[in-house]
Amino acid sequence: MRELDSSVISDHVARMCQDANIYLGEDVFKALQSSLEKEESAIGKEVLRQLIENAEIAGSEQIPICQDTGFAVFFVEWGQEVHLNGGTLEEAIHAGVRRGYQEGYLRKSIVDDPLYKRKNTGDNTPAIIYTELVSGDKVRISFAPKGGGSENMSAVKMLTPSDGEDGVVDFVVNHVKAAGPNPCPPIVVGVGIGGTFDRVAVLAKKALFRAVGQPHPDGAFAALEKKILDKVNDLGVGPQGFGGRVTALAVHIETFPSHIASLAAAVNINCHASRHLECEI
Amino acid sequence: MEPKRIQAPLSDDVIMSLKAGDNVLINGVIFTARDAAHKKLAELMATGEPLPLDLQGQFIYYVGPTPARPGQAIGSAGPTTSGRMDAYTPGMLENGMKACIGKGFRSAAVREALQKYKGVYLASVGGAGALLSKRVKKSEVVAYPELGAEAIHRLEVEDFPATVINDAYGNDLYQEGVKAYAR
Repeated sequence: MRELDSSVISDHVARMCQDANIYLGEDVFKALQSSLEKEESAIGKEVLRQLIENAEIAGSEQIPICQDTGFAVFFVEWGQEVHLNGGTLEEAIHAGVRRGYQEGYLRKSIVDDPLYKRKNTGDNTPAIIYTELVSGDKVRISFAPKGGGSENMSAVKMLTPSDGEDGVVDFVVNHVKAAGPNPCPPIVVGVGIGGTFDRVAVLAKKALFRAVGQPHPDGAFAALEKKILDKVNDLGVGPQGFGGRVTALAVHIETFPSHIASLAAAVNINCHASRHLECEI
Repeated sequence: MEPKRIQAPLSDDVIMSLKAGDNVLINGVIFTARDAAHKKLAELMATGEPLPLDLQGQFIYYVGPTPARPGQAIGSAGPTTSGRMDAYTPGMLENGMKACIGKGFRSAAVREALQKYKGVYLASVGGAGALLSKRVKKSEVVAYPELGAEAIHRLEVEDFPATVINDAYGNDLYQEGVKAYAR
């Protein structure tokens, strides 16, 4: 058994909260640069130039890329041979979020009672935490600060098997069209296919943690990602919805086996500031 | 396309010169308000009580900035999604507001109110909060400090970039721009 102190988890989490919000990942930065070559609209090019400049200012002056520093979302792969000392995993992550958002001058965007009081919790907790037990003695933590504007443009649809590929494509493309300028295009489109009503939404979220533009390992789904991306970019929404060629930087699909009666599908959209980081402890 | 420099607060002739798709650089004083501040202002308007700021000719910017680091005028300060303010916007225009800055679609009721009260809706680049923060030279809370990032701030801005989405003539860049590039 490997012994691990909860403060180690908290330290990593605090650092990731700050770094993910301030330094745009190289995958996203490169995708923005190559989209500048593809964009035809003058106003769309101007938006992309501002986004590239924004990332440079954010990194050099330690200003968050976006003022919406997000709901803190974590996927944790916990090696079964690791024993945590000094509190629960949830407590350790929350201590890290609390410190990271305070020390990093990040916005606290979480309210406790979602419907009535809506009082800010003051420290951006609680986080959303998904934990998976895996073999080995390592802990892998993936973090994404998820903005509210793009999160609001998300949906689950319980398709049926006869809807097939066309059903999935139409659902995703029509959804992106309806979202238009709201989720801050150029977007990254996370798509979940399969599983149950609840699982498919988590798949769509998990798809946003992949490096931008890295295709699905299965060739059929990689081809589907490309097909949906081409259709989304033919919508003409363009950067910020001002009209243009580049509506999305990437489409990522995650899948899970399905019930014989079902074909669950979900879309979770990320803005161009597709922030995500991971670490292994 | 050279951006037009405009002064805040706005005069009617400047508003009528703005067309959907124009890039502008805003100079002068603007005010911030988002969800919670709009709710409070709407409650005052409903009961006819005085507002904590004079809206005549003013810009309202939909933003909830990050906390400023020492030495910074403001933290990251990009626009939030405007649609959440749709319910309040006709009332704000009726009370003198002339322009609002955010991002994303507006309702038909807002687009009609912009024509009726001669106002404009502009978008700044969502997610460009670091870049936009550099165009804010001074920030101070003028109402509802208890709302934190959602408090009403008075901002002094220099060459703050925005694009006209809905002009006072009923044009809509979100519809026209997309139509031009859809295949």
